[in-house]
Amino acid sequence: MSKFQFPESIKSRPVYGTLKARPGKYHLMIADAEGAEAILHLHEQDAGLMAKAHIIYIPKGSNLGERLRAIRPAQYYEGPTYEAAASRIERVLEATHMGTQIYLTGTEGLMGQAMRACMNAGIPHTAIQTEHRGSVARRMQCVHCKGITEDVETDPFECSHCGLNLFVRDHYSRRLAAFQGVCIDAEDPGNVPEKVELYK
Amino acid sequence: MTIQFNKETFRDDYSFKNSDWAIQRFPFPFHEDSYMYSVNMEQHRGGPAGSVYEKRFDVDEHYISEMEDRAMVLADDPLRCQSLPHMTLAGWDLLELIMVSKSEDYPDLFELHREGDIWRWINKPMGIDDTFTFLDETTLPYGPMEYITRQTQGDFCVLDQRDDNLWMDAGMVTTQADWSLDFDIGMNFFEWHAPVPLAHEKGIFKRALKFLLNIQQGAPARRLNWTMTVNPLLDTSPENYHKWGIQKTTLTPENIGAKQHLRVELQSFFRLPRSNALVFPIRCYLIAFQDIVKSPKWGRRLHRVIRDLPEELATYKGFIDNRPMMLDFLSKYDDGLPTSPGVFPDNETEPALQK
Repeated sequence: MSKFQFPESIKSRPVYGTLKARPGKYHLMIADAEGAEAILHLHEQDAGLMAKAHIIYIPKGSNLGERLRAIRPAQYYEGPTYEAAASRIERVLEATHMGTQIYLTGTEGLMGQAMRACMNAGIPHTAIQTEHRGSVARRMQCVHCKGITEDVETDPFECSHCGLNLFVRDHYSRRLAAFQGVCIDAEDPGNVPEKVELYK
Repeated sequence: MTIQFNKETFRDDYSFKNSDWAIQRFPFPFHEDSYMYSVNMEQHRGGPAGSVYEKRFDVDEHYISEMEDRAMVLADDPLRCQSLPHMTLAGWDLLELIMVSKSEDYPDLFELHREGDIWRWINKPMGIDDTFTFLDETTLPYGPMEYITRQTQGDFCVLDQRDDNLWMDAGMVTTQADWSLDFDIGMNFFEWHAPVPLAHEKGIFKRALKFLLNIQQGAPARRLNWTMTVNPLLDTSPENYHKWGIQKTTLTPENIGAKQHLRVELQSFFRLPRSNALVFPIRCYLIAFQDIVKSPKWGRRLHRVIRDLPEELATYKGFIDNRPMMLDFLSKYDDGLPTSPGVFPDNETEPALQK
């Protein structure tokens, strides 16, 4: 079981739920890593979904792809990274019609970026189901250089672009699909607290 | 009166200075000897003659220098001014509101001549005389929001109204109290206020939103907000925090009167006619501690407010570390006498400092 209870937080922080099979003409499921388990759970709820489902999966080193294939979705794609899958996702969203259900599951970075793609395609974020599974790593934007650092697991962390030491804020932008990282030693240069694993 | 525009800087050598006129009319934000968040809205329909509340868009001695500072910020970081594609009409609404207001309120400084869609705008202090076609972006050197807010003091957030919420979908933000337009653009009212402590729990934002959603054309509102800034630095952005944050550590008991500034935002809210958007100008006024305490009432009151402020607020406003030094300075200007109600200095009637 890879579900994590996020602590209470501020209003801009996304809140994730549990995917539920909903009636629809077409079911677009985008997942990474352990997100596959949430899709398998959807299949348990309603196996009929899969005849109208398109699964886009980024394994990130997990071996759950075979099990997803085995539930026989109408369309199945596996890609190495979100970036690699991005243009495909945009193309699929372009062609979606009323009555499409969207399910996003896995890491926050995957859900955030896929949600942004959905919003850019005109789908309101409130109409999209999400379920967090797997790593609690975050996708962070450095507020100073604007560079994105993927899969941040500690607070503070070093910006992968400009190298500043950043602390992890809960403030979240759906448009950037990222949390905000802010210089931690601006008022006392060099005084950087020891890295702590997120939520520990 | 004719305004004498200062030649001054808000960075590097910090030559910014308030004249006696500017000190007298400073929008002191505390109407009593303590402070807690409140919705504190009032109608924005003028105020005492000469006060910052009198005109729809106050123009003061810092105008030219503030606009020069804004141009420098934008040259360094164009992301400080952004407008999502559906907000262009609201930008034209804003341009109209400012041009009409300024030309009516300051006819000696600004002129607007309209012949149908052909508009001529004259901004004498900045030496601008432009003719353009209203609603035709190709006739202006920038988008309409950017064009007019490069000529108007204060930050501007242009908020789209939909789904019973307000959305930060456009803005010109170069004099902000440590928040990022580039990060917050596209957020709704609760989301962009998410980092503010205590106020959500007190229901402040729910009530404020309800009020703002109902603002009507021709009935603008206003409120004050405040924080603290070391040095008269307008651009206290998170983007540049790694550069300016260190300045907070340069206060000493000797320089605090000159270096520590109270930063006040005169926030106003106008409904825009075509787009039904809401424009939210956030005008920043700075004053050095040594100038505040020239008014005995303000000196007494500021000491009491800062002394009694809850720790969360002093932390959020970024001066928790400097609070003891601030209190050492301010306590010299508090003799314990009562203060008159209201924000004005009442220098004629308030007793002189008794110590």
